[in-house]
Amino acid sequence: MTDLVIRFLVGGFVVSLFAALGDILRPKSFAGLFGAAPSIALATLGLTIHRDGAHYAAIEARSMILGAIAFFLYATTTSWVLRHYRPRTLLTTLALAPIWFGASFALWFVFVRGQ
Amino acid sequence: MVEFRLASLKETKPHEYAIRFLFGGLCTALAGLIAKHFGPGIGGLFLAFPAIFPAAASLIESHEKERKARIGFDGTTRGRMAASLDSAGAALGCIGLCAFALTVYKWLPGRNAYLIISVATIEWLLLVVGSWELRKLLYRRLQ
Repeated sequence: MTDLVIRFLVGGFVVSLFAALGDILRPKSFAGLFGAAPSIALATLGLTIHRDGAHYAAIEARSMILGAIAFFLYATTTSWVLRHYRPRTLLTTLALAPIWFGASFALWFVFVRGQ
Repeated sequence: MVEFRLASLKETKPHEYAIRFLFGGLCTALAGLIAKHFGPGIGGLFLAFPAIFPAAASLIESHEKERKARIGFDGTTRGRMAASLDSAGAALGCIGLCAFALTVYKWLPGRNAYLIISVATIEWLLLVVGSWELRKLLYRRLQ
């Protein structure tokens, strides 16, 4: 339970910090880079290494590569849809979120499962 | 040219900061829980979870709309285009996110963890800035 609370507080702080950096930077396309900052990883890797060891954290990092590829597909599709159609942003980002889930699990299934 | 606009921090309302903190905290705690129950293979996917991407893109849209509304214009299209640009930036950021994860995966075991994480973070930053500059350069040449 303590571990979860620490993760929550550290995660909240690090993610907010990167989001604030994105707020103050211009132009928008540059600020957007911080939307895909390794904030969750930075918040949790230290704790994971401390509790489960470096090898465990390295296995997580291997899957993180696949999660990042899925994020790329999700963000690219969102950008394209917002540019070519007239939907509301929140609705678009939420409606397209299954792209991240689908792509990341499909990549994991193809490249990692069974190793 | 990249600029810092500290005044932009005032545009974000206290409840919007609270939402980011809550989402960030929840996603981080959830990533830990998933890794615990399903193992590091599945849990690791969530280290690249777009935790606050929907909220951030939506905030950018609403801030642009508010800015236009203050001078008497409808900023709906501009707000959506700003969110689209932000999403394109996030897509570029994913290249750096991949490099960060690859560095940690390859180099972490048997080495100083804090050094590797620091190297991976610097690498992420250099790569995203470099790819953004390259994209800008290519865009200019194509025009």
